[in-house]
Amino acid sequence: MKMDNAKDQNTVTLDRRRDISQNPLCLSGKGVTRVFGTGRRQMTAVDHVDFEFRKGELVSIVGESGSGKTTLSRMLLGLLSTSDGEIWFEGKPRDISTRAKKRQYWKNIQAIFQDPFSSFNVFHKIDDVLLDCIRMTGGRDLPKEKKTELMTQACSFVNLKFEELTNKYPFELSGGQMQRLMIARIFLLKPRILLADEPTSMIDACSRATILDMLLNLRDEIGMTVIFITHDIGLAYYISDTVYIMEHGKFVEHGSADEVILSPKAPYTKRLISDVPKIHEAWDLSTVEG
Amino acid sequence: MAKTILEVRELTTKYVTRFREDVYAVDHVSLSIEEGKSLGIAGESGCGKSTLALSLMGYYFPPLHYMSGDSIVDGKNLSGMSPDDVRKNVLGSDVAYIPQAAMNALNPIRKIGAFIEDVIRAHDPARSRQDIRDMARKRFEELHLPQEALDKHAVELSGGMKQRVVIAVSTILSPKVLIADEPSSALDVTSQKVVIRMLKEMMEKGFIKSMIFITHELPLLYNVTDDIMVMYAGQIVERGSAKEMVFDPVHPYSRGLMRSILVPEDGTRANKLIAIPGTPPNLKKPPAGCRFAPRCRYAMPECQFNAYPIRDFAPGRSWRCARTPEHLKEVYAREDG
Amino acid sequence: MKNTIRQIFHSSKFVAGFVIFVAILLFILLYPLFQPGNPLEMIGVGTFAEPGTYVSLYDSVTAPSETLNLPDAASNRLASVLKEEDRAKMAEYLVAVGVPSEEIDVADTEALLALWEKHYDETARPAGMTKATRNYYKRLNQSLNSMGSGSELSVVEQGEGGEASTIATIGSSDYVNVRKVPNRKTLLLGTDNFGRDVLKELASAAGTSVVIGLIAGTVATLIGLLLGLLSGYLGGFVDDIIMFFTNIFTVIPSFVLLILISYSIGQDQRGAGVVALVIGLTSWTWTTRSVRSQVISLRNRDHVNLSRLSGHGLFRILMTDILPYIASYVVMAFILQVSSGILAEAQLSLLGLGPKTTEVPTLGLMMNWAMLYSAHLNGSWWAYFPVILMITLISFSLNLMNTGLDQVFNPTLRD
Repeated sequence: MKMDNAKDQNTVTLDRRRDISQNPLCLSGKGVTRVFGTGRRQMTAVDHVDFEFRKGELVSIVGESGSGKTTLSRMLLGLLSTSDGEIWFEGKPRDISTRAKKRQYWKNIQAIFQDPFSSFNVFHKIDDVLLDCIRMTGGRDLPKEKKTELMTQACSFVNLKFEELTNKYPFELSGGQMQRLMIARIFLLKPRILLADEPTSMIDACSRATILDMLLNLRDEIGMTVIFITHDIGLAYYISDTVYIMEHGKFVEHGSADEVILSPKAPYTKRLISDVPKIHEAWDLSTVEG
Repeated sequence: MAKTILEVRELTTKYVTRFREDVYAVDHVSLSIEEGKSLGIAGESGCGKSTLALSLMGYYFPPLHYMSGDSIVDGKNLSGMSPDDVRKNVLGSDVAYIPQAAMNALNPIRKIGAFIEDVIRAHDPARSRQDIRDMARKRFEELHLPQEALDKHAVELSGGMKQRVVIAVSTILSPKVLIADEPSSALDVTSQKVVIRMLKEMMEKGFIKSMIFITHELPLLYNVTDDIMVMYAGQIVERGSAKEMVFDPVHPYSRGLMRSILVPEDGTRANKLIAIPGTPPNLKKPPAGCRFAPRCRYAMPECQFNAYPIRDFAPGRSWRCARTPEHLKEVYAREDG
Repeated sequence: MKNTIRQIFHSSKFVAGFVIFVAILLFILLYPLFQPGNPLEMIGVGTFAEPGTYVSLYDSVTAPSETLNLPDAASNRLASVLKEEDRAKMAEYLVAVGVPSEEIDVADTEALLALWEKHYDETARPAGMTKATRNYYKRLNQSLNSMGSGSELSVVEQGEGGEASTIATIGSSDYVNVRKVPNRKTLLLGTDNFGRDVLKELASAAGTSVVIGLIAGTVATLIGLLLGLLSGYLGGFVDDIIMFFTNIFTVIPSFVLLILISYSIGQDQRGAGVVALVIGLTSWTWTTRSVRSQVISLRNRDHVNLSRLSGHGLFRILMTDILPYIASYVVMAFILQVSSGILAEAQLSLLGLGPKTTEVPTLGLMMNWAMLYSAHLNGSWWAYFPVILMITLISFSLNLMNTGLDQVFNPTLRD
């Protein structure tokens, strides 16, 4: 990829907190549970969690591996059914009982996944990926020029050049570029909710800033709710309005990012924060047992 | 001045791909570590930091090949030794190596004690079983590891415990250098902390004389090692003490890397991330000049053609750039406003 | 795609297998063009004619002859007639009349005859020789004399009225140009028990067997693929049901099933196509299992999730997001299914449960016939050995191609 105008905006600040407490509810849940297996091998991955995500909010769900955050995200996306509990979407109970209703729901919620290399069908060209999004938003019958214009616009939003991408396959791009293409996809779809499942954990540190910046620009542009799933508590603190801490399938604490990170109340949160190495505060090695 | 334990001079190694292409993964790397010191190596994935670890030990297996340079551990030159020789005479006694997945390398049907016997007998076949046993007990006690672990199988231990046990087993002969390649990345943060504590303790008690710690997690590196070295595209771009590197990096690349540190503490939200466009170069065809030049905001036209050697610019600090540190610091200050 | 094909043809194993297989296919397709006719035509009356060129004896009598005086003609003729036991007896006699045994070489016909002429005396009575033995030597001597004498043979034709008329007199130095004999036949692999040309039969049988293998392989792969895709992708109850049936089919030894089905269909219904179908219907289980496990590992890949989020239906996801990823694997499974289909047919037919016998030959049937008529006991190697070689080559080439593909598609297996 050419060095483009990214050179001009060298540093990015991602602290864009806003007061969202008055915004209407976008997605909320009560007693959401998922149980895998039966009998003695039964395992509760997500255990009666309650949550309220508001419009335009950037929520982080922080948990270590095995905490159930991925299961929860798949339930939120409607890819996995819930064992118990209810999810409300924009004030009404979410109904995804039929395929048509599911499709309708998926117009409102979309996702970016962790591994860009497995997020694309390697047999489809980049054009197909973007055209599919245009088709989904009802642009199937648009003239070809209009479609190209939309795709060009989406690519330039994430600092990619559509002319260079057309007729190429996703695997010809680098990980960071693929993840940007994913954001371009979201730009075309303009969903109400974006679920980002560790979108930067497989991206090199230097490309991370770009990806996060684009993600936040997109949120500001189309006013969507972003649910950010991560294990990196520092990153979650840096970008989110609200933080939910998850342990063993339960939310142990939630609140504004400053509240949760700077004055944690739950013992798990306290331990998590104290166990993460820091650079200004001393990292106290004596606090752990074992 | 303290004794130098590890000295690497102009070490160059390459990978040969299936299509007979050369990939220079480690390119003229020089470094030295003094007794009692630890060095951290940071860099993006694919920058050659893990290859450097393998090359340091002289442990070459295809597709990795030795090209030139020396790697000297306490007077013994490991470069050019046969892999067999390295395994018998270097690994365990001079150098211990802990890869990321070390804890999964334990044979599940053997007990931990048996691995310790293997390590010791490889260097001293005459050692009696009781002797080895006593030695293992003593070491485990000093490292606060449960003695029962010696009679357990690997599967009976938790992930963090397994990793600590592996480290204890591979350093039972008190090697001069411990090379730890992402030793805690697969663990949860609490286990990671315990592993780090044990590594520090081993340094303090002299079970290892020096340590090379490789990770992409910069806050961890800052808390573990004395010095930090940043690698980019097979070369060292900057080296300095941990504190200087994290709070006062000079090379544009290490600055970008250090600015990406996000930790859950007060003040983090004011952090300004630095976006570096582009991707690292393909090492099959590295750029003719400075390898970072194509992505560098501060590059001069000649940087595309001139390769610069690594040079010192302050006590204990060196870098690879055409600019002067003063100039770049001035520019940085202006940009940050 | 282009790149993949180029890579495949860089694999020496695949190319070797491919070349062998194409050569076999060419033989199957081209041989009948040069030798048209029904492969099951019984051209011979006797069984197991040896490989070689046959010229019509009848025609050679009347064919224009030339007289050639070839010096070793007589001894060659004698050599071909003189049996091993006669030679041994001659040596015995010579020793008895006092010829040192070192001088006698039974293999050298000319030297032996020379010695014989020099030392044989009808009136001599070597010690210890019975009268019967002496008479045997007398007869042997007479027949040797008559062969060497160059007497003429008369060919007599019997007319309608019973009167005999001589139509040709054949001297010992008369020769016929083979090309002047209108009827001759080269049987490279001789004939089988029914007097059929083995080579022609083999070309036809190999063709039938490959078709059986292809049908069986296609049926098995299609069933296996469909069930594997559904079971792996849908999971849950559907998976349980499909795996239940797959397990049942796996535990029942498929060969027993094959025998039972083959037997119950009855001789009349059992054409090559039906046998192929039966083989296909019993061998899909392992394709199902392996496709299922591949699909399970793909099912939760993010691109499939993304496709679901894009509102794509089951069929489209299976066809565009799953199938292309396992296509190389399915091709390899198909090749192995074809190979095992051919082998299964051979096994079935060898047991006499193969296709109906009067229409088409198959490789298995040829083995079956050879076995029934004890070709392996009476030394008629040409009736079964080429068949075994053909089966081996087909199966070897297919497996070689499979290994080659495996190396291309799973680079970790390389070296």
